[in-house]
Amino acid sequence: MISVLPAGVTRERGLQLLREMLRIRCFEDRCVQLYGEQKIRGFLHLCNGEEGVAVGVMQALEPRDAIVSTYREHGHAIARGMTMGVIMAELFGKRTGASHGRGGSMHIFDAATRFYGGNAIVAGGLPLAVGLALAEKLQHRTGIAACFFGEGAVAEGEFHESLNLAALWRLPVLFLCENNLYAMGTALTLSESETEIHVKARSYRVDAMPVDGMDVLAVGEVTRAAVTRIRGGEGPMLLELRTYRFRAHSMFDAQLYRDKAEVEAWQKKGPIITLTTRLKAAGLMTEDDYQRLEREARAEVEAAVTFAEQSEWEPVGDLERYVYAEPAR
Amino acid sequence: MKATGTPNRITYREAARQAIRSALHADPRVFLMGEDVGRYGGCFAVTKGLLDEFGPDRIRDTPLSEAAFVGAGIGAALGGLRPIVEIMTVNFSLLALDQILNNAATLCHMSGGQFNVPLVIRMATGAGRQLAAQHSHSLEGWYAHIPGLRILAPATIDDARGMLAGALSSPDPTLVFEQISLYNMEGDLTPGIERVDIERAAVRRPGRDITLITYGGSLHKCLSAAEALAATGTEVEVIDLRILRPLDDETVMGSVRRTRRAVIVDEGWRSGSLAAEIGMRIVEQAFFDLDAPIARVCAAEVPLPYPHHLEEAALPDPARIVSAVRGLLA
Repeated sequence: MISVLPAGVTRERGLQLLREMLRIRCFEDRCVQLYGEQKIRGFLHLCNGEEGVAVGVMQALEPRDAIVSTYREHGHAIARGMTMGVIMAELFGKRTGASHGRGGSMHIFDAATRFYGGNAIVAGGLPLAVGLALAEKLQHRTGIAACFFGEGAVAEGEFHESLNLAALWRLPVLFLCENNLYAMGTALTLSESETEIHVKARSYRVDAMPVDGMDVLAVGEVTRAAVTRIRGGEGPMLLELRTYRFRAHSMFDAQLYRDKAEVEAWQKKGPIITLTTRLKAAGLMTEDDYQRLEREARAEVEAAVTFAEQSEWEPVGDLERYVYAEPAR
Repeated sequence: MKATGTPNRITYREAARQAIRSALHADPRVFLMGEDVGRYGGCFAVTKGLLDEFGPDRIRDTPLSEAAFVGAGIGAALGGLRPIVEIMTVNFSLLALDQILNNAATLCHMSGGQFNVPLVIRMATGAGRQLAAQHSHSLEGWYAHIPGLRILAPATIDDARGMLAGALSSPDPTLVFEQISLYNMEGDLTPGIERVDIERAAVRRPGRDITLITYGGSLHKCLSAAEALAATGTEVEVIDLRILRPLDDETVMGSVRRTRRAVIVDEGWRSGSLAAEIGMRIVEQAFFDLDAPIARVCAAEVPLPYPHHLEEAALPDPARIVSAVRGLLA
């Protein structure tokens, strides 16, 4: 059952959130085709179904905040405001990509938006976020560090060490657990003795709560409140964002571990479809509006693909660059 | 900390402490964190007194969470600070290997040069204190395998005092390995020295007959061996590598081309060791200048044992070094 829109949501705000989610969805749908055409290689992890988390969270963060992400980070990067062309070029491995093509899909970085990367070691990004927050605090700056990770990361020691340290030192970290119920193919119930992840955080005295990750408005609202608290010096918080990925873990996944019926049930609760239905029901949006937003998103994606296609490769002579810092040019 | 004009006899430990203290005074972005660095004064007493002088914001005791505090050091470096992270011993650093290898060493490259990690990690390494197989290993050779890291091994009082400033001014993650048996070593500190280069190997004793190539704690064993050999008329040149990554091939090859013989002394295990790498480089670059095969004196291939006689037998010592040298000159 899709709930009615909360009071105070304007047409403008509703359409903006929908536009951002559609941009991510269209980008990734196109990625699937490009993978089939072998334009994108390596691992490709898509976030279809999780767009509400990316958009809701990013709407609540500010340019001064630092972001640490995972290998499933296209949505985070787009919602953070990185140019789609630069992200697509990175997926192609081109010189114009965010990381000169050195990282690919799993390692998108952007200094301009304080996006400290897709980290492809599960839980490996949490200690970095703790350190980024420490840097904010010791330099008397007001940014916070927001750190995405999946529920699979909760089984790693780095999760526990990082929550403890952040709480012990009262650091401005927002831990964002994207709980999509599967660590690759292992269900949460098969890997955790306590499946309520926010409850674990509380054992470190980290304030934590579950959020409906399929509701972009709820994600935005809860994140904004958390950011305000953290920025006010109250220490770290953890949000358990309950979501679901509609597509496979990566492009090499036959999805033997879950039922089609389960996927279909979650698709009905998807963040795009629910927001669309709610906006239409409230009379804030028409089908024409939706079609227009989708057309615009597709056009942007096509421009990004063209940019990536037409970009140069890194010269092989530059192979050993960026291993050590280079003097500013 | 100012130059006194007269040589100052201090321990390696004190030199390392002065280096940290100077760095904290010189740059407000510098801070130190690690297990027991504050209230306890450091596992090897290197950081004694610093908490009182600089306070808990800059001398931070951490929980026993190597991955988290090393990773936090990386994050803090990304965020504009210049952290010095202390890990008690190299064996414990393995708990943070994910952070050191997968983050510190790779972020610059993975981000296409957008982010660099100006982080310094200090740790004790090596054997000689009967601490058995989980506190005695010499894994700096492993770390020297990793592109993206800089690896330093101060073996002298001046280097213990001056390398840290160089490491802190490096834009790259730099690991400093302090051999545990050196902490109590006394020597003369060059007056006024605040910083030394972190690029070149050093010739610690010139000689014309054979080159001993070494670093860290083994330097002093090589110098003893050289002294013993001088008594019988063999002039040994002793090279202290100082920097294990990137290696200074020029100094090594320059010496080997002159002496035409080389023995490499390394406290790491022989197989796949740093000594193996240096030996191969000599073969690649100076093979036709050699008058004898290259020899190595390394640790025995055994987890370090506890009893003194077995630990001693497992490690390079002056007698074995002398015998390796004589073997090549025979």
